[in-house]
Amino acid sequence: MTAAAHPVVSPVTTGERPGVRLARSRRNAELSLLVLAMVLVAAYGAIVEANLLDTVTRDFWMPAAALGLVFLGMHLVIRWLAPFADPALLPAVALLNGIGVGFLRRLDLGKAAPADRETLAIFAGTGGRQLAWTLAAVVLAAGLLVLMRDHRAVSRYAYTLGLAGIVLVMIPAVLPGRFSEINGAKLWIRVGGFSIQPGEFAKLALLVFFAYYLVRKREVLSLASRRILGIDFPRGRDLGPVLGVWMISLLVLVFEKDLGTSLLYFGMFVVTLYIATERVSWLLIGLVLFFGGAYLAYVLGGTVGGPFANFYTRAEIWLDPFAEPYDRGYQLVQGLLGLGSGGLFGSGPGAGEPLEIPEVQNDFIFAGIGEEIGLFGLTALLVVYLLIVERGLRAGLAVRDSFGKLVAGGLAFTLGLQVFVIVGGISKLIPLTGQTTPFLSAGGSSLMANWLLIAVLLRISDAARRPVAQGGGPAGRPGGGPPEQLHGAPTEVIRP
Amino acid sequence: MPELVITVARFGFLILLWIFVFTVVGVIRRDLFAGARSGRLVAAPRAVGASTQQQAAKPAKVKRGRAAHQLVVTAGQLAGTRITLGEAQITIGRAEDSTLVITDDYASARHARLVPRDGQWFVEDLGSTNGTYLDRAKVTGPTPVPLGVPIRIGRTSLELRP
Repeated sequence: MTAAAHPVVSPVTTGERPGVRLARSRRNAELSLLVLAMVLVAAYGAIVEANLLDTVTRDFWMPAAALGLVFLGMHLVIRWLAPFADPALLPAVALLNGIGVGFLRRLDLGKAAPADRETLAIFAGTGGRQLAWTLAAVVLAAGLLVLMRDHRAVSRYAYTLGLAGIVLVMIPAVLPGRFSEINGAKLWIRVGGFSIQPGEFAKLALLVFFAYYLVRKREVLSLASRRILGIDFPRGRDLGPVLGVWMISLLVLVFEKDLGTSLLYFGMFVVTLYIATERVSWLLIGLVLFFGGAYLAYVLGGTVGGPFANFYTRAEIWLDPFAEPYDRGYQLVQGLLGLGSGGLFGSGPGAGEPLEIPEVQNDFIFAGIGEEIGLFGLTALLVVYLLIVERGLRAGLAVRDSFGKLVAGGLAFTLGLQVFVIVGGISKLIPLTGQTTPFLSAGGSSLMANWLLIAVLLRISDAARRPVAQGGGPAGRPGGGPPEQLHGAPTEVIRP
Repeated sequence: MPELVITVARFGFLILLWIFVFTVVGVIRRDLFAGARSGRLVAAPRAVGASTQQQAAKPAKVKRGRAAHQLVVTAGQLAGTRITLGEAQITIGRAEDSTLVITDDYASARHARLVPRDGQWFVEDLGSTNGTYLDRAKVTGPTPVPLGVPIRIGRTSLELRP
C-alpha cells in the first residue's frame, strides 16, 4: 500500500487536463465586458435621441442604467453562486437585451407625437414594458441559479418536466381561440390583458427530458440496434418515449400553425440524438426527413390545401415576395427594403423608417435594427449570437457528465437554430416562419425562457470550468469520501 | 444637433460594437489557448498514447521507488494485457479512442480513467452506467489506487503493478 505514504492530493480534473490554469474565475473580465456593453446601450439611446429629438435629453442614460443595475445584480449572483461560469455569456446577452430595449424604445419615440417625445417615461410603451420584462427575466434567471446548485439535480425531475412540456405545448391548442389566438397562430394563453407563450418554456422542459432519457438509454441505443441500409437504427421500444413526446409536440404545433417552433423542436431532437449517440447518420436522417417533409408539405399545400395551405403560402411568398408586394408579400418586402436602404453602415440609430415594417417589434426586429445599423452592425450582433452559442457548446464539451453535455449542447444549438430560422426568414434565405429573435424581440415569455436558458448554460459552464480541488464541484467528492457499497449500486442489464 | 456630430456618433457606435465583439473574442481566446497548450480533451488513440507513454516513462521511474509502472488486466476478455504507464492519463471504455479498449458488455463507451498526480494514480468514473469499483467499493470521485488492488469494470479487473 503505497497510498498511505503519499499525501492524498486530488487530481485537478478540470474538463481540460491537469495543470491547466482554468482555476481563474475571470469574473473581473465579465464585469468590464458588462460595463462596455452598457456603455454601448447608453450610446445607442443617445444617438436615437439625437436623431429623433434633435437633442439628447438629460435622462438618456436611464434605461441603460436600469438595465446595468439588473445585470450587475446578476453578475453578483454569478460571483456568489457560479464563480467559474463562462465570463462571455452574461455580457453578450446583456448587450443584445439592451439593444433590444433601446430599439423598442426608439419605436415608441417614433410613434409618439413629437411634443411628447422628450418626456417619454422609461417604463412607458413597448420599450418600457420590455425593460420591466428584462428585470423580471433576470430575477427569474438568478432564482434558477439559486435553486439549481448542481445541474445534475434537474435530471431527477426529468419525467415531470417532460410531462409539463407536453402539457404546456398542448394548452393553447385545446383552449378556445379567443383565449389562445393572436394573428392566426394558436400559441398563447391569454388571461385578461396578459398573455404568455407556453411553447417557449416547453422548449427547455422538453430538452431536459430528451437529455435525461437519452443519457439513460445511450448504451442501449448504441448497442442494441438493427442495421438497415448500412445505418444503425435503435429499437423502437428504446426510442419510443422520446419519439412519442416529439410526435405529440410536433402534431400539436402543426395544429397550432406554428411552423417555426415545430422546426425548432425537430432540430433540437435530432441534434440531442446526434450528441448522445455520436452518429452522423442521425444528422443525415434528420436533414433528409426535414427537407422531404418540407417539400411534401409544399406540394400538399399546393394541391390539397387544408392544414398545409399556410406553409404553401409562406413558401410562395419566399419564392417571389415581389409578386404581391402590397398584399401577401408586404411584410417581407418591407423588411427587405429596410435592410437594403440601410446598406453597409445603416442610416444611424433613430434615423431609419422601421415603423414601415409590420410586426417590427416582434418577428422583424432584426430587419428594423438592420436598417439603422447596417450590415456592419448587424454582422456584429450575429457574431455576438455566434459567441453565445459557441460558449454553450464549449461548456457542453468541457463538462464531465453526459447529462450536462446533452443539455448544454442541445440548448446552445437550439438558440443558434432559432436565430438562424428567424434571420434566415427575414433575409429571404429560407421561408419565413414566425419566431422571436432571442433577447431582442418584444415579449416577456421569450425573454424569460431565454434568460432561463442562459442560467442553465451558466450553471453548466461553471461545473465545466470549476477545478475539482475547490471541493463541492460537480465532479464529485475530492479524494473519495465514504465510498458507496456494491449492493447499493444500480445495474442495468442489456438484453439484445 | 449638427450633422457632423451625429455622423461621428453613428460610426463611433458601430466601431464600439465591434470593439465589444473583439474584446469578448479576446476573453474567449485565452480559454481556447489554455485548452490547446494542455493537449487534447479526449484520450489519445492507442497508437499515439503508446508512444508518448514510452517517452514519459523515464521521469516517472526516477521519481518513485515503488511507483506503479504497469497496468495489468487480470480478469475478463483482455486478461493478460499489460500497459506501460507514463505521465499520460489512461482512459478505459468501449470507445475506439480509449487508451484501453475493453470489449465488456457491462462497460460504457467512456467508462473510467486513470490519472497520474505526483506519482500517485487516481481512478475516476466517467459517469458509466454500471459503475467502477476499487476492490469492493464503488468509485464516486477521484480515488487513489494502491498497488495490487483490483479495479473492477464489468467482468474486467485491472491492477497496478510496480
